[in-house]
Amino acid sequence: MSDFEAASTKATSGSTTDLAAAQAAAHAQLKKVKKQKVLLMGKSGSGKSSMRSIIFSNYLARDTRRLGATIDIDLSHVKFLGNLTLNLWDCGGQEAFMENYLSQQRAHVFSNVGVLIYVFDTESRDVERDLATYVNIISALVQYSREAKVFVLIHKMDLIQPSTREAVFDQRVTVVRRKTAEAVAIVRKQQPDQQPALQSSSHGQPTTPIPDIDLDMQLFATSIWDQSLYKAWASIIHDLVPNLGVIETQLASLGVAIDADEILLFERTSFLVVSKWTSREGERNPYGDRFERMSNILKSWKHTCSKFTGTPRNAEQFSDFEYKMGPTFSMFVTKFTTNTYILVCMPPGEARFNSAKLNVAAARPWFRFLDGPAVGASPSSQMLAGAGAGYSSESGGQAADA
Amino acid sequence: MSSALSWRSDGVPIDPATSPRQASIRNISPAVLNLQRLHEQNRQLLQKKDVASVPDLAAAQTKGTPRLLLMGQRRSGKSSISSVVFHKLPPSETLFLESTARVQKDSLNSFMDVQIWDFPGQIELFENPNITFDIDAIFGEIGALIWVIDAQDDYLESVARLNNTILHIQRSYPHINIEVFIHKVDGLSDDYKLDIQRDITIRIQDELSDQGIENAPVNFHLTSIYNHSIFEAFSKVIQKLIPRLGQLEAMLTNLCRTCRFEKAYLFDVNTKIYIATDSTPEDMASYEICSDYVDVVIDFTEVYGSWPRTQQWRDRLEQEPWQQPLEDQVACEWAESGMVLSDAQRPIMLREVDRFLALVAIMKEGSYDKMPQINMNVDVVVKGLTEFFDITKPKEAKALAASSTGPASGKGSTRGQLARS
Repeated sequence: MSDFEAASTKATSGSTTDLAAAQAAAHAQLKKVKKQKVLLMGKSGSGKSSMRSIIFSNYLARDTRRLGATIDIDLSHVKFLGNLTLNLWDCGGQEAFMENYLSQQRAHVFSNVGVLIYVFDTESRDVERDLATYVNIISALVQYSREAKVFVLIHKMDLIQPSTREAVFDQRVTVVRRKTAEAVAIVRKQQPDQQPALQSSSHGQPTTPIPDIDLDMQLFATSIWDQSLYKAWASIIHDLVPNLGVIETQLASLGVAIDADEILLFERTSFLVVSKWTSREGERNPYGDRFERMSNILKSWKHTCSKFTGTPRNAEQFSDFEYKMGPTFSMFVTKFTTNTYILVCMPPGEARFNSAKLNVAAARPWFRFLDGPAVGASPSSQMLAGAGAGYSSESGGQAADA
Repeated sequence: MSSALSWRSDGVPIDPATSPRQASIRNISPAVLNLQRLHEQNRQLLQKKDVASVPDLAAAQTKGTPRLLLMGQRRSGKSSISSVVFHKLPPSETLFLESTARVQKDSLNSFMDVQIWDFPGQIELFENPNITFDIDAIFGEIGALIWVIDAQDDYLESVARLNNTILHIQRSYPHINIEVFIHKVDGLSDDYKLDIQRDITIRIQDELSDQGIENAPVNFHLTSIYNHSIFEAFSKVIQKLIPRLGQLEAMLTNLCRTCRFEKAYLFDVNTKIYIATDSTPEDMASYEICSDYVDVVIDFTEVYGSWPRTQQWRDRLEQEPWQQPLEDQVACEWAESGMVLSDAQRPIMLREVDRFLALVAIMKEGSYDKMPQINMNVDVVVKGLTEFFDITKPKEAKALAASSTGPASGKGSTRGQLARS
């Protein structure tokens, strides 16, 4: 956001009034709570409820053994950051239910879908049948919510020998992509019979254009026993978070201001990466999977804490973490806004570290919109004051260092 | 006070192993002197025993590595244990381990070099009609025999074999500790676990006393690779092999008292085995959280600290307004870390001691404000620990063989230097 940058260069008071107006407009936008319908489907026993419990209810992987079969549809509303609610439809995968979704409940289930997450079980013996169901689901989805994004998770990858994992995944990807294309083709073939009339009458468009139904589809190999699950879910969530652009620009400004190498913003309960910023130097990090790794590390740490303190799993477990690795790097993870944690990785140096901590604290008000619709009445003035204080304390830190 | 922490100030550190006589006696601290004396005694002892071969000092160092022997029935989980503990294999992956066909020798290079020998379950060491084993080569070194018993299986045969083994080695090699791991106890109820342990203990002790062996050094541990119990058990096994454990513990106890720590552990970072802790009662929960904390820090280090930064990055950081080389901008050249738990604001701190060891402590509520002071105290203790290992390292084998407890000269020496917080 421009005003944040203005503040970071110590804006003169003259420009603040314009900025306040812009800010207000922006905040009107931010206040909208977004509800997203997320369908979680797949064969019975493929691990849908398990992964849901791990991501959103802080289950440990081994605790998922206790979960029973999901009957019909398990509806849950997951509040994710203040202004996004996920309407999670965990659909029981037994065949009777599946048939029901595809027939009687078809319109009810498949309309207004934001995201479909389809889970394949690598262990499944009857692959042909799984794929047939998948094709049916996809055609139903394309029929009712063409805009929906599709995420296909090839699950339980841990049960495959590590050496053959990649090959198995690649093979599955090809099959699933082919089947998806088939499913889309089927719908295309059917639709000219039903829809053209409808379309031409309502929009006056030519009849041919059942536009290229190009499904927005991503595939992931996942397992509840490692970080791959976080990678998949972070990309699922990533597309749903509103105001992503705002978050990213503000994070970038913050990163430049405090001289960080990398900043990650986590959601508080799931520890999924909401947004990230990396400096040029940080881009050289050879660990491409570090974001989901961080999620995994911090989340399992949270478990350890809850076991130690005896507090419930969903409760907040730690407030501050700092780590200075001699002259290599420093980092800290701290509670940021009510709904988020921030991880900052930065170059070594005591003074730099302390001023960065103060500045991150000072930047908090800039991200207050993450906590949802109830934003303070005059956010902009608070923000400027906060940021100003931050920068003066930074110079204080430098002075002390010198 | 003859402080363990002030030798460095006396001048050049002396390495008594290489130049025991040339060094001027005046520069040697009492502890070093004592160790030298022990070592000399030990040599003479050996000489008396075997006149023909005076042990070469250098050879004794390499030969003296303690040895852990993993034995037990086949499929009892020996290889899984050594992979999980010493090779960081995730427990779930042990499913894919092949069965061991021949003795697998591993060595752990850490603060103390340890060899791990993993024996195939089907090997019958004693009374084997086909091959005779060089029993002396196997049990000749100082160390521990770890016998793994599968608690979820019928263990009678295993217990019988263990008894047989103990009878064979007890007379000739009394310095071998016998550690029985009652393994795979995850998933068993607490009552059942204890029942099994009692049953096995009784069976072994009865048999031994029938054979006239009393007070054999046999210890029992309930273990599983799916939780921390296997690490805790290994910690206890390794601790028995550490020379002068008492002094290490005294140092940690002092630190805990002065800084009001609830619990402090000295971890071997690679294996997450703790080699010493303070004298407060053992507490599985605090071991777990500290061990996981080490994990967290290792993981962060791997992701952010294991790749080289460019020169430009460095140059930029050393420019205005800092004007200092990066090394001077940091307060501590080793890793240090702290975390505040939300519950009761209890902080946890970690401080690297050297390449292998880290000190981890759980602090009392609300003491995070005193962090700078605590850091100073920890610095002093870390210095003490470093020097402790400087002394014991090159000749720990001999110190062990001497098996005498020298005067506790290091004991209490840290106390005077700690600022009360």
